Amino acid sequence: MSGPADDRAAGGAPAAEAIELVVNGRRHRVAVRSHDLLLDVLRDRLDLKGAKRSCDAQVCGACTVLVDGLAVSACTYLAVEAAGRSVLTVEGLADGDRLHPLQQAFVDHGAVQCGFCTSGMLLSAKALLDEQPAPSRVDVLHHLRGSLCRCTGYRKIVEAILAVAGDAGHGGRGGRP
Amino acid sequence: MLRPFALHRPATAEEACALLGRLGDDAVPYAGGTELLLLMKEGLLRPRHLVDLKRIPGLDAIAAGGGGLLVGATATHRAVERSAPVAAACPVLASVARHVANVRVRNVGTVGGNLAFADPHSDLATVFLALDATVALVSPRGRRELPVGDFVRGPWETAREADEVLVAVVVPPGLGRVAAAYVKFGVHERPTLGIAVVLGVEDRDGRAGAGRVADARIAIGCVNPRPARAPDAEARLRGCGVGDLEDVAGAVAERAAASADPADDLHGSADYKREMVAVFTRRALRAAAARARGGEGPARYAHAVLA
Repeated sequence: MSGPADDRAAGGAPAAEAIELVVNGRRHRVAVRSHDLLLDVLRDRLDLKGAKRSCDAQVCGACTVLVDGLAVSACTYLAVEAAGRSVLTVEGLADGDRLHPLQQAFVDHGAVQCGFCTSGMLLSAKALLDEQPAPSRVDVLHHLRGSLCRCTGYRKIVEAILAVAGDAGHGGRGGRP
Repeated sequence: MLRPFALHRPATAEEACALLGRLGDDAVPYAGGTELLLLMKEGLLRPRHLVDLKRIPGLDAIAAGGGGLLVGATATHRAVERSAPVAAACPVLASVARHVANVRVRNVGTVGGNLAFADPHSDLATVFLALDATVALVSPRGRRELPVGDFVRGPWETAREADEVLVAVVVPPGLGRVAAAYVKFGVHERPTLGIAVVLGVEDRDGRAGAGRVADARIAIGCVNPRPARAPDAEARLRGCGVGDLEDVAGAVAERAAASADPADDLHGSADYKREMVAVFTRRALRAAAARARGGEGPARYAHAVLA
């Protein structure tokens, strides 16, 4: 990439580059520019509106998606970095009409109020459970630092996650490779 | 929104240096982007070229040797947290890495990026300063190593030349058995204060409780324009028996507070911060002392993290 990039920059804005990535199990080919953020590509190009732009500074967690199983802030992640990788957004959690166990637990525990943080909370929780299937309450709280909810006071979110952790049947779809 | 830039992906550190040298002020090194991209979104930095370091093979290596530790610049906080060599050679660093920012930042943010950005509220700069670490830089003129205290010059300012690439952080072996603790405190996203205490303990009769402090280092982070050691406070600790550290904790804390150079800002007034330096130096020392005696320290403090 080094050679051609030099020439492009000398002449002005760099041209778009076609990247391939897998989003929620589906392969996509998208033309992106170096400065395109993953969040904008997901929301505006692939019409996946689950990840939200809120703080835009990696502080709040509303834009959390999983890239190769790792939670990242899509607001501060270059789209070109996702080339060749697998991205999971909240739209990819459910299996058809069947909610992911975490989604069902959030419903059952009333862990959702306005819903703005929910997609990020779900994906963050999934990343935790995929690598640590039986976390303690302290582990869950540690992992959710930087995932802000202004409605629930967190208690019900933590309870929902712990309920899934206590149930060995939580799904592993889209987990770490 | 980000302004347009060209992304370069050199295959070696030498190639990265050449690019940075040729592109000059228009180019910046880029790794995790957790700090850089934020400032670019705000328009505070407007580089036309990003030189991506994280695809350079081997630059993220972590290795222990001779009692010390080498952490490659593009190792992520998450990698440091989970690294077996770090856990064995420098457990306090693994613990600090586990508490940097939040999990999304830790997954992509790098050790080298954190140091080279020189945000005054960095946890790593403070703990590396107390560990007497050096940074290794390469450029077309060769390789040089600088103590972290000389590398970080001030807020967002380092001794890195434009065509230099930070390739690794090197933590030397401690003098004797090392017992360390880091405490950070704050109610904002970034810590208001971070205190690192590193004790080098010489054991006698093979009993952990009978040791003596041969070397002591205290670093105060976040409140000064850059992390700073507290030499007067350190001097008070040398020669102390590990069982007697509680007796000197008050005096050590006072000396640490006297050496701090805080400013008024949104985190609090200078007087408040100086007082908190005393409080948290005592707590960090208490935790390090408990570890020196082979136990675990006090558990938790409000709005604080003990690493």
